[in-house]
Amino acid sequence: MNGQPLKPWLAPLALIGLLAVMGFVLPAYHHNNMARILVLAVFAMGYNIAFGYTGLLSLGHALFFGAGLYAAGLAINQGGVTAGLALGLGLLAGGGVALATGVLALRTAGVSFMIVTLMFAQAGYLLLLYFGAFTGGDEGFVVARTGRVLGGFDLTTDGPRYGLALGLFTLAILGQTAIVRAPFGRVMVAMRENSARAQMLGFDPFRTKLIVLVISGLYSGVAGAAYGILFGYVGASFAAIQYSILPLLWVLLGGSGTVLGPFLGVFIMFYLIDLSSSYTSAHLMVVGVALLVLVLFAPRGILGGLRKRWGTWLA
Amino acid sequence: MAFGPFLLLALMEGLVTAAVLALTALGLSLVFGVMRVVNVAHGAFFMLGAVGAWFVTEWVGNPPALGFALALVICPLAVGAIAALANGLVLKRLNYDPEATIVATIGLLYIFQQMALTLYGPDARPVPAPFSFRVQLPWFGYSGYKLAVIGAAAVVLAGVWLVLNRSKIGLVMRATQIDREMAQAFGINVDRVYAGVFAMGAGLAAVAAVLIVPIQQAHYLMGGDPLLLSFIVVIIGGLGSLRGTLVAALLIGLSDGVISVFFSPTLAKIIATLLVALVLVFRPQGLFGRQVTR
Amino acid sequence: MAGIGLLETQGLTRHFGGLRAVEAVDFTLNTGQIHALIGPNGAGKTTFVGLLCGRVPVQAGTIHFDGQDITHMPAHLRVRAGIAYTFQITSIFRGLSVFDNVALAAQRPSRHDLGAATKHILHQVGLESQINQQADTLSYGHQRLLEIAMGLALRPRLLILDEPTQGLSNAEITGFKALVRAVVPQTTVLLIEHNMDVVMDLADQITVLNMGQTLATGTPATIQANAAVQSAYLGG
Repeated sequence: MNGQPLKPWLAPLALIGLLAVMGFVLPAYHHNNMARILVLAVFAMGYNIAFGYTGLLSLGHALFFGAGLYAAGLAINQGGVTAGLALGLGLLAGGGVALATGVLALRTAGVSFMIVTLMFAQAGYLLLLYFGAFTGGDEGFVVARTGRVLGGFDLTTDGPRYGLALGLFTLAILGQTAIVRAPFGRVMVAMRENSARAQMLGFDPFRTKLIVLVISGLYSGVAGAAYGILFGYVGASFAAIQYSILPLLWVLLGGSGTVLGPFLGVFIMFYLIDLSSSYTSAHLMVVGVALLVLVLFAPRGILGGLRKRWGTWLA
Repeated sequence: MAFGPFLLLALMEGLVTAAVLALTALGLSLVFGVMRVVNVAHGAFFMLGAVGAWFVTEWVGNPPALGFALALVICPLAVGAIAALANGLVLKRLNYDPEATIVATIGLLYIFQQMALTLYGPDARPVPAPFSFRVQLPWFGYSGYKLAVIGAAAVVLAGVWLVLNRSKIGLVMRATQIDREMAQAFGINVDRVYAGVFAMGAGLAAVAAVLIVPIQQAHYLMGGDPLLLSFIVVIIGGLGSLRGTLVAALLIGLSDGVISVFFSPTLAKIIATLLVALVLVFRPQGLFGRQVTR
Repeated sequence: MAGIGLLETQGLTRHFGGLRAVEAVDFTLNTGQIHALIGPNGAGKTTFVGLLCGRVPVQAGTIHFDGQDITHMPAHLRVRAGIAYTFQITSIFRGLSVFDNVALAAQRPSRHDLGAATKHILHQVGLESQINQQADTLSYGHQRLLEIAMGLALRPRLLILDEPTQGLSNAEITGFKALVRAVVPQTTVLLIEHNMDVVMDLADQITVLNMGQTLATGTPATIQANAAVQSAYLGG
């Protein structure tokens, strides 16, 4: 927009550089964790585009993540496709399901929108269980090793796995920056702030929000596909309500409507749960407490709060 | 078994589901109707009631009827108190903002669930029924306790109806529902009404849970289904409408019973969730509601 | 009737429950003029313009804009057809900068000189020095000007201004009048206004609404001389 056109790119580029260096120095355990965090951050960015920038408070994003996960997993195991094609299919599955969901759900707003997306996601989860013979039901299935090779690299090994995760993350965060810095990003924020007013500037709220939801679905879908391919397991629990709540939590924690917030939220939450699970089996308590603390005391999240205090260069 | 008796069995099972569901959904409906709060932790209150019933009956031991009777009194009161506390500590501070309260009650849901996991453990445990006799029908025998559940739910529902329509408490609640500021101006303590309504909603879920737990067993994750089904009932029945809630509970309970027996419980839930989403999209006042309550 | 009608309504009606907010209004807006809409509080002025710009659904009657029937057209398409509405209650995007507020209005259809166009409009209304300020930090009068700038940035053929001078200082009102004079005749202006000095000063035509119905239409001179208007509104 106005100001130096390069400034908004500095923080994401610096983060990408740091993550690339970490790929060479991290010990194996954290190497694997970081790869998971990067893929989940792509999912979180998808959620951020819908919720953080456009104000679409969805409780059904597990549906889009699950669509990508199962599209990729089933295509590899049943159709024998390659990892690259499976990623593409996951991307399209996420976008397609988001389109179908949005056409109906975007006729509602606010609390109704939350419940409608929740119900669609729940129906999707139950469908996975219902067609258990095909989807593996509750137990899920292990992704065939033949589909976990990309361009000759074995994605079950640390280096290539981290590499693909970082590559996707890079595309996602640069894409997110480009979208929100474009004129369309301004319209997204206008929809969040006051969609009736935005309509009186000639923007179609339904169409704008539908486009946003589809972009969000593409992000979620490709994240789901990558998660299945990189970590080798596809299961219905990834399509359950918890995977709709988590992206909301990540984005709230890191700072909604900020470029780096989704990554930061996933990073902190992942290690919080990881740490607490070594002390107690009730490690999801962290999720509940974090949600309450955020909504009560820090609705802007970490980066949102910092940005308010120290200006816009951070986020 | 022949088709006729089989259908009868399915309908009776459905009626038990409907009775318990009506109680649970009524609690959710009251909270939404008066406070405009969508309480996602409602299923967790249900679970706390069931887990509490296990603790009470375990503590009393014999006779099981005494423990059960005590649980039926203690659990709703205790769960109601927890709810009132949560209302004061969390919801009130959010000024009952609709979207923030949903996020907050999701947080409460996780906290209650994980607390139950810590204190009660991951196992499903049975609670003994207060009595056990079978009603012998020409085609099959049927649990007398299940019939008693239907009766007890009907009694509680009638009681709630009386409180809402024939008592001063009900009048105060309706006044608050219609116009919060006006009620305040007339000297109604709105904070206390909200705390009371939230406690009452949670207490109803706990009553339902105590009634069903001898049939179902107590488990820390058992809150999901009642939450989902209550949502469905409240939305299809029209938000905040008592009669709509009852009709919808009957409809959903019976069809859930029939579809579950003849097809699969999962299919029944798929149909119900999609129905809810479509009702909200195309008929937001509910199938039986008249007013548009947006 | 003289002139060419840019916008015409026939039998335009909107009730809210038992309240006849707008009742069978026939109305013609001439191209290139400044047309004022006056009437006592509750006369239906805001509902009437709400019907014109699509914020309020039409119950009965028709609206034609530039010969096209827009009675049931969604609001955003009317804006694209050239009808801009500035809100009575200031409705800027409070969390965005002054620049972003105006750029939002100016960016559709997409243009490559967006920055320059936005700055030009801000210069027109006299807000260029506040360009990077967050909108909710502006003074009330400046927020009203920003609202008008957003209307202008849409490059409308019809600009509907709902009580634009409410809360402005005398100096700001003088500036506002010059601003409006400068946009006609390229833009036709429909002005809801309580300040009679502004109305008499600016308007080519005046329509008086009362209880949802048209009481009179005419030039400022004929309206001032109209006995029915005087007893109903001007206080005789």
